[in-house]
Amino acid sequence: MSYQPVKFYQTGTFTVGNRLLDESDRSVQATTARNNSLNSGHRACQGCGEALGARYAIDAAMAASNRQLIAANATGCLEVFSTPYPETSWQMPWIHSLFGNAPAVASGVAAAMRIKGRTEVRVVAQGGDGSTTDIGFGCLSGMFERNDDVLYICYDNEGYMNTGVQRSSATPPAVRTATTMPLGPEPGNVFGQGKYLPAIAMAHRIPFVATATVADLRDLEHKVKHAINIRGAKYIHIFVPCPLGWGSASHDTINLAYMAKECGLFPVFQAEYGKITGVSKIRKPIPVEDYMKPQRRYAHLFGKNPALETIAKIQARADENISTYGLLEEGVN
Amino acid sequence: MTLKQIEGSHGVAETIALCRPEVICAYPISPQTHIVEGLGEMVKAGELRAEYLNVESEFAAMSVAIGSSAAGARTYTATASQGLLFMVEAVYNAAGLGLPIVMTVANRAIGAPINIWNDHSDSMSQRDCGWIQLFAETNQEAMDLHIQAFKLAEELSLPVMVCMDGFILTHAYERLDVPTQEQVDAFLPPFEPRQILDPSHPVSIGAMVGPEAFTEVRYLAHAKQLQALDLLPEISADFKKSFGRDSGGLIRPYKTEGAETIVIALGSVLGTIKDVIDEMQEAGCSIGVLGITSFRPFPLDAIRDALKGAKRIVVLEKCFAVGVGGIVATNVRMALEGSGQQVRTVVAGLGGRAITMSSLHAIFLEAMAGKLEALTFLDLNSEVVDHVLELERNVRLSGPVAESVLRNIGTVASNIA
Repeated sequence: MSYQPVKFYQTGTFTVGNRLLDESDRSVQATTARNNSLNSGHRACQGCGEALGARYAIDAAMAASNRQLIAANATGCLEVFSTPYPETSWQMPWIHSLFGNAPAVASGVAAAMRIKGRTEVRVVAQGGDGSTTDIGFGCLSGMFERNDDVLYICYDNEGYMNTGVQRSSATPPAVRTATTMPLGPEPGNVFGQGKYLPAIAMAHRIPFVATATVADLRDLEHKVKHAINIRGAKYIHIFVPCPLGWGSASHDTINLAYMAKECGLFPVFQAEYGKITGVSKIRKPIPVEDYMKPQRRYAHLFGKNPALETIAKIQARADENISTYGLLEEGVN
Repeated sequence: MTLKQIEGSHGVAETIALCRPEVICAYPISPQTHIVEGLGEMVKAGELRAEYLNVESEFAAMSVAIGSSAAGARTYTATASQGLLFMVEAVYNAAGLGLPIVMTVANRAIGAPINIWNDHSDSMSQRDCGWIQLFAETNQEAMDLHIQAFKLAEELSLPVMVCMDGFILTHAYERLDVPTQEQVDAFLPPFEPRQILDPSHPVSIGAMVGPEAFTEVRYLAHAKQLQALDLLPEISADFKKSFGRDSGGLIRPYKTEGAETIVIALGSVLGTIKDVIDEMQEAGCSIGVLGITSFRPFPLDAIRDALKGAKRIVVLEKCFAVGVGGIVATNVRMALEGSGQQVRTVVAGLGGRAITMSSLHAIFLEAMAGKLEALTFLDLNSEVVDHVLELERNVRLSGPVAESVLRNIGTVASNIA
């Protein structure tokens, strides 16, 4: 993604010191005026990628909507850790209804705002990959098809973490979860054809679809701000590592998100009306092992007798992403 | 008053429009569909200013309703049968969140075996979901109850289900009094919720409530629904003042004064029963009928009073709890606890089976003679069921019942060589 064409200095990311930028170009998180929409004191785990992603995304949405924002939240970690009654971390109007209906609830809120002439109010729905790709999939597709004025944000940590790390349809192949244990001749999750929601969202030809990671704050904020000002259905799929579910160190969350993108397993791009309009290039290609090794959910593939064939199959998937989405800078291999 | 010769569903649609709903969620399912079709036409033609969402399922219909109601919009939807069951999780949620959504249930049987015709199994399955449930006897009452339902829902901040018999009412054409906009506006003020989703006053709705407060929240839901026992008669009286006719309330006694046998029923079958009662009273029988309009909350006291002096109670219901018997009857027994009055259950009209005057006449005579068993299925073809039960005593059978009956008589389509 090249919304910021000037490269200030090379750190391997798009990170740039706020001090070098004009006030207006600084990140929402860098401003003292940020909303702190998901306030401190919530019960998320240390290093939670979802909490980070939600704070970045919702603060950016609040900034872009001039704080005229209503959120509908699916059941899941984000809901449970943010609102243990009688407390709440949400500094905004927020509703949780069910696991599988956040997109429809948001459609209802948007309809109410429309009939009441509150056109300044923007609506966001959010949930994890379980509620998005599995149980809430029907409602999400319906919301897309009607082109309801809702931004749906999926925080993808590749499994049902709130219920104790079970497999979702967003869980990658070979991964260990509580329902895909590393046992038998094909340990871990199956090598299926996957269920890639960003592409499914694009197939609905909605005005805006994007992916992002918590490793690239500016890109994430930019996409949310852009999406919030579009009328119609929008979808942003944010990659959020889960230290608890992945068996990774809390301090590795951002690094893992960064490596997932750099190895090609998680393509970062944006699309309008079903057509890709921008891709974040890989800057320093890395092998998938570098990304997998710090995560215990892949531990059964390494050790004394590494599962070379399995690792090669995962690498092949990354390579396929790299060619499908054109993730490499020209001349870089 | 101008009477219009219209279909029950269209009468309801026109009435809903007069209630000025702001968001309508539509998903087709027989026999409810004509209602949302009617509303859709009015919105398309610009006669009704509302957001009309064609959703992808009943689960989405109720979920959209939850969102719009929580954001302060007067919200309506309609469903039936499988549709009601498909939205159940959201139905409970709407009640738990205290959202004043009004929903029509065009009562229909539940499969398997699939059946599109009328009985009360659908809404009865939701008797414990926290919604207020009102049953209409006629199409006029169905229309009137919807106007009252919005008032009640918004007064108590509770969702209200108006149940009307599928096909028997929804598809019946008759002369109906469609009130004027002025009449409805005077009776039903605009929706002014206390707490909504609004950026100028941010609130969190739907937090996770643990063991320390859950019981209290549930108790309050019960206490709040019981308030409808006082409010329903008040609203019904106000309605009579404004519209000039009896509609709603808790119960509707008919010729029960001094009656030794009292029949209890809900919905449109009351019309047939009243005709039978008229004939039987003329012939000197001591029998009356009590209609229940408010099934939730269940008016225990009002029913106990209305049944005072009756020796035998016959609950005629279009539903039953498999494995135990009558649903309405169980509730009636609660009302009569300690009274020693005999309660008999007659299950009738399942899956749209016609409830005829002659069958009713015969069963009521049996009841009066003290010959009725505790649980009777009206017009049950005992030859068929006895045959199947006899066969199954000898051969272990598994699989779907209806198809098994066919197999026994040798008419399974897939067996045709």
